[in-house]
Amino acid sequence: MVEFSQLAFFSVLIPVLPLIGFLLIILLSRFLKGNFSGILATSLTGLSFVFSLILFLKHSSGVGNAVEIDLFNWLEVGRLRIPFAFLIDSLSITMMMIITGVGFLIHLYSIGYMKGDERINTFFAYMNLFTTSMLLLVMGANYLILFIGWEGVGLCSYLLIGFWFKNEAYNNAARKAFIVNRIGDLGFIIGIILVFFTFQTLSFSEIFPQLKGMLPNNALIITITLLLFVGAIGKSAQIPLFTWLPDAMAGPTPVSALIHAATMVTAGIYMIARSSLLFNLAPLTLDIILITGMTTALFAATIGLFQNDIKKVLAYSTVSQLGYMFVALGLGVYSAAVFHVTTHAFFKALLFMGAGSVIHALHGEQDIRRMGGLKSKLPYTYFTFLIGTIAISGFPPFSGFFSKDQILMAAWAKHPLIYILGMAGALMTCFYMFRLLFLVFHNSFRGTTHQQEHLHESPRVMTIPLVVLAVLSFAGGFINLPALFGGNLSFSRFLSTSLADGELAFHQISHTQEYLLLMLSFLALLTILLWAAHLYLKKKKLPSEENVKLPAIQNLIYHKYYIEEIYDFCFVKPYTAISLLFSRIIEGKGINAFVDGIGTVFSFGSERFRKLQSGNISFYVFAMIIGILAFLVINLVV
Amino acid sequence: MIFLFYLLSAVAIFSALMVVFSRSPINSVIFLIVCFLSLAGHYILLNAQFLAIVHIIVYTGAIMVLFLFVIMLLNLNTSVVPRKSSLTRIAAVISGGLLFLVMLAAFKDAALVKPANTFNPSIGLVRQAGMVLYKDFLLPFEITALLFISAMVGAVLLGRKDRNQN
Amino acid sequence: MEKITTAIQLIPLQHYIVLSITLFAIGALGVLLRRNTIIILMCIELMLNSVNLLLTAFSAYHSDPAGQVFVFFIMVVAAAEVAVGLSLIVMMKRNVDSLDINLLSRLKW
Repeated sequence: MVEFSQLAFFSVLIPVLPLIGFLLIILLSRFLKGNFSGILATSLTGLSFVFSLILFLKHSSGVGNAVEIDLFNWLEVGRLRIPFAFLIDSLSITMMMIITGVGFLIHLYSIGYMKGDERINTFFAYMNLFTTSMLLLVMGANYLILFIGWEGVGLCSYLLIGFWFKNEAYNNAARKAFIVNRIGDLGFIIGIILVFFTFQTLSFSEIFPQLKGMLPNNALIITITLLLFVGAIGKSAQIPLFTWLPDAMAGPTPVSALIHAATMVTAGIYMIARSSLLFNLAPLTLDIILITGMTTALFAATIGLFQNDIKKVLAYSTVSQLGYMFVALGLGVYSAAVFHVTTHAFFKALLFMGAGSVIHALHGEQDIRRMGGLKSKLPYTYFTFLIGTIAISGFPPFSGFFSKDQILMAAWAKHPLIYILGMAGALMTCFYMFRLLFLVFHNSFRGTTHQQEHLHESPRVMTIPLVVLAVLSFAGGFINLPALFGGNLSFSRFLSTSLADGELAFHQISHTQEYLLLMLSFLALLTILLWAAHLYLKKKKLPSEENVKLPAIQNLIYHKYYIEEIYDFCFVKPYTAISLLFSRIIEGKGINAFVDGIGTVFSFGSERFRKLQSGNISFYVFAMIIGILAFLVINLVV
Repeated sequence: MIFLFYLLSAVAIFSALMVVFSRSPINSVIFLIVCFLSLAGHYILLNAQFLAIVHIIVYTGAIMVLFLFVIMLLNLNTSVVPRKSSLTRIAAVISGGLLFLVMLAAFKDAALVKPANTFNPSIGLVRQAGMVLYKDFLLPFEITALLFISAMVGAVLLGRKDRNQN
Repeated sequence: MEKITTAIQLIPLQHYIVLSITLFAIGALGVLLRRNTIIILMCIELMLNSVNLLLTAFSAYHSDPAGQVFVFFIMVVAAAEVAVGLSLIVMMKRNVDSLDINLLSRLKW
């Protein structure tokens, strides 16, 4: 039992430490100068990572047992009993290590990136609060704790996107993120309520045993899973609720790295993976997830081809990769999705931090048409960015290759068309990422001379995390080597105790087929890479400037298919009109008039009643006698 | 005896009416004195001898004399006060009459409680009044002394001419 | 003595009640009708006396001396009240030079 309480102790500490960091920084903000808040925040996150690691080692030594740590009875109303409990199993440990590990690196990076900002204390407080919420999300043992973390990360996302609040556009972006998220949350909440009505409980350990005898295609289960998926759409930026993610690039780059690449956007995937048993009973929902994910992946990839802002390219790339994760979920290979979450966390955080390094060097310039030739001046950044680009494109033996490979092989096993579409997306990914790399780092510098003089590599506190993540991006794939390469899919097996992987996860296609497909994809990727190199290195093609007229299709894609404008027309404008109607007419003329009317009645009445106090004594006596008369008469009558 | 009662009542009511309706204040005072005297007669009829004497001495002898003093002192006899408007007078008469009628109606249906004690003819004599006053009602009796002092002080203060007034 | 005693037992209480009510109503009428402050004060005295009469009548019929003692105290209070009231009238005469009660009407809204 000593073992158990130690486990409980570490588990509770993991989300509590960043919370302490948040409280300390917020309360002592006036007294913290310079880097102190950053160091505090980073070290607490690092400590949480150490504890997560310890938990991992303890868990893997006693393989297979999930531990539920019940802290206290939180809500008990009628049949609803919700304990504040943590569930420590392979899935939550994986997510915990990603969050705290990558979070630690990003906190470290932020010490350098946000140096000199006047509100740096608030920044680190928010980052720690975010870490706490995200950890709560993945550690929760029931849907409600998950939801608390869900809302918490939404809040921190809002706070951090709009961190430089003096700019109106950033505020709008933060608000947009929050509101679009909220739309998804509505579906999520309804889903949770339905879960409670169906299963009388919200705890995972109590719901999933109840599913054992159920038949698939139960209408209720399909509704529940669809609603939960709606929540995931909002949080993980799938079609149609993805428009907030590119706008969220208004926040500082570490925020984009942490929240919009590595952790928050993966919350939806985590939630579906956690409910894998539930989703397995609803094949219809899984098909819808598959279609949505694939559409999003392709859609976002096409947009990314033509973007000119370094962070926007990475943002659309994130949306696209999230689409891949949903494809994996839709195919039933939940562990592949989580594996892609892991590798994506590594290389996307790396790419974002590298972009941040570039922006830092150029004092805020984000347009890639004004960059170029930076590889000599920023060697660490260039090299790590290169590794990240190769990883995301899916070249072996980098991590991205293995994770995408697992998804695509499952796709081929299900239906070759899915594989082809997935491959198309991967090719586009390769193209736009290398386009980005070449335009930013190769050829000659296209910015101002002032910027050119001040080009410098980032300080070590920023480059060390880049290097660490580069190593992880390279080697991260080896945790889940498929049988073709002599591995045992150890990561998927590790996760299998918490997920219900479909058959496609392990009963793969034959080795010959797999080998052929891999060679084919490798060759296709190589071709695309060479074509991109030819276009952007040899011919030194530059993207068109702002006011140059583009051909029709390119113009459409460049303006992101005018989705923002369509949304504005279809949703924002009517909604604004309705709220104006309510505020001006119903509230202003109706309710206000009513409330004011009551006041007017009273003042009008009192104006009249005031005349009773005339000061005239005889009138008073008269009134007294009338009163006595009234009393007597009433006494007689009644 | 009943004849005496009726006579005294008639005098009382007549003089009361004259108090209300007479023009000059002096006339009102005189008629009020007559009313009080008739009331004293009523007290004697009720065998409340102590009260009758006190009534005459205090009310008629002191209070009415005080009234007369003030009227004479300030020459109030000559000041003419305008009468109230007709509407007010009609309203006053109506409400007064209504009061009379309603109170009568209220008392008409009241059931009389039969007296509990046996009839004691010595109630109202000085001796009896003194016994009750000094035994059961000693405290209020002493406090009335305080009341008088405060009334005296108040009257003197209020009546003083303001020195600063020029 | 006996004659008076028998007289008391002859006159029914209702007569006294009616008499008292009449005097009270006349006093109230006077207060409402007249504008002269002195007359009003006198009518108030009239009302007080009607109550005195009623109390005494009840006291005699119930052989309870407390009623008469109460009347005694009412007289005390009436005396004090008249003293203060008359000094108020004197002040009023001094300040507004008239006894019209409608002139003192500043205690209003």
